[in-house]
Amino acid sequence: MKNIFAVAGVVIKELYRRKDFYVLFIVTILICLMMASVNIFNDAKIVRYLKEICLLLVWISSIVIAVTTTARQIPAERENRTLLPLLAKPLTRAQLIAGKFLGCWLACGLALLCFYIFFGALAASREHQWPLLNYFQAAMLHWFMLGIVVALTLLGSLVFAAPSSNSTICFIVVGGILFVGRHLDQVALTLLEPTRTIVYSIYFAIPHLELFDVRDLVIHNWPLIPWLYFSLALLYALGYMAVFLAGACLVFRRKAVN
Amino acid sequence: MNSPRPFLLLLIALLVFCFGLAAHLEPQFQAWPGSRAKGDIIAVVLGDSRRLFANTFYVKADEYYHSGYYPTMFDDNAAFQTTHMAADTGAVSSKNHGDEHGFLGPRRNWIDAFGRNFFPDRHTHLDSGGADDLSGSDEVREILPWLKLSADLDPDNVQTYTVTAFWLRERMNNAAEADTILHEGLRNCPESYDILFELGRLYNESYHDRDRARNVWELGVRKWQKLDPEVKKENRIVMEQLCIHLAKLEEDAGNLPRAIEWLQQAQEVSLMGPVIQQQIDRLRGKLGEEFNPLMKPLY
Repeated sequence: MKNIFAVAGVVIKELYRRKDFYVLFIVTILICLMMASVNIFNDAKIVRYLKEICLLLVWISSIVIAVTTTARQIPAERENRTLLPLLAKPLTRAQLIAGKFLGCWLACGLALLCFYIFFGALAASREHQWPLLNYFQAAMLHWFMLGIVVALTLLGSLVFAAPSSNSTICFIVVGGILFVGRHLDQVALTLLEPTRTIVYSIYFAIPHLELFDVRDLVIHNWPLIPWLYFSLALLYALGYMAVFLAGACLVFRRKAVN
Repeated sequence: MNSPRPFLLLLIALLVFCFGLAAHLEPQFQAWPGSRAKGDIIAVVLGDSRRLFANTFYVKADEYYHSGYYPTMFDDNAAFQTTHMAADTGAVSSKNHGDEHGFLGPRRNWIDAFGRNFFPDRHTHLDSGGADDLSGSDEVREILPWLKLSADLDPDNVQTYTVTAFWLRERMNNAAEADTILHEGLRNCPESYDILFELGRLYNESYHDRDRARNVWELGVRKWQKLDPEVKKENRIVMEQLCIHLAKLEEDAGNLPRAIEWLQQAQEVSLMGPVIQQQIDRLRGKLGEEFNPLMKPLY
């Protein structure tokens, strides 16, 4: 575990040395403040549109951070020729993958923490209430969703040749799942065989990232998600993370590092 | 070494030429009917595609009215053909049918069943409590940003102005803003009888100014009567409402014959003919009592 945490620590340091997060965070703050300054029928209590815009920007920013940070981890080590010396130390390939994953996931968690604190402050400034448990559920589900994205991107970085192609494919896959993942079974019913079976199989095989998107519940002040279902969703995410990480370890075990 | 003077003079000459050319072209450009610089920045950037966005934001307002419980393009949206926020104003004929509470249908599989815990799955309206059933009806203010954006993007959509004004007046008690948005609508759509109807309601119910209400409603009736017969058929509900409101206004003012005339006009366009006939009979009875007080039975 010590080795894994050491690798993870390096990844976290890399995130706060790079400007990606700061740029996205500042852009989010600026857009939100600009939208908050708009006068809508002289009513200062209108807040939900602001929450929606802020959460949308948080989601986009977090996915961009997760994918771009993870996609360059192993290719960068290979390009800089630091991968071989790293593996020459008492560090297995599986530990390296786990360390990279943990680092990226924790880095995303830190970024999310900043984003959600800003979101909470923005919402509280208009609503004068702070539903902490609702925000906790939303942030945790969001973070676990990013865990799946990080694991998927890490696997992609071992399969695809360049970080750019990996990032593009991951963005398309993640975007596709978020937009149509929930309805893929309905789409399948309108198709003919064998496409129907293929689409239906994809529906059951893909990680349903849209389950973790509880923005509507937060925006419209719906009650808390039952804790049982909340916990099951986290377990579901952990399952997919394990599957993608296992896949990454298998691919990396057979991959030439020089 | 060459003197910089010729270059300087050439530069000045070019600047003077540019300034003169610009001064010559500017009035022509301003007078050109195809100029896009006159419109607002949204119109210049988006062109006519802004109407598409306007409709998206209009529907978004209805989604907010339901606190996020809204069908997607994959769901059965028969019960959401007419936006509920517009139907609830009473001035729009609803084309909705089907079950608005259960557009999601039965649970399709375990992923669908599990997923329904993570998005709004209950039909509510913001003006009657919202998602937590505890909020006040003024929570309906949350639909306003999207309506304002929709009105900015498509200034020709009459319904955006009437719906916005209705909720501002009815639930937010903000008659001044409702007045402003309706007048903005009238500037953009001067022939709109819907806006005139809503403006009359504002004058009558919020300002208690019956004369102005009567004037705008009567103007609304005149504008409706100028429509083509086919268009009239599709917009009968507004005419019916205009006539009924005018009848009520005249009845309250004690002008019963005029009230009966308005009800008769309402009857011509209404699907609720017998109900209106009852009102006409009631007013005729009242009129008879008023003009023949001595004919009342003595015992």
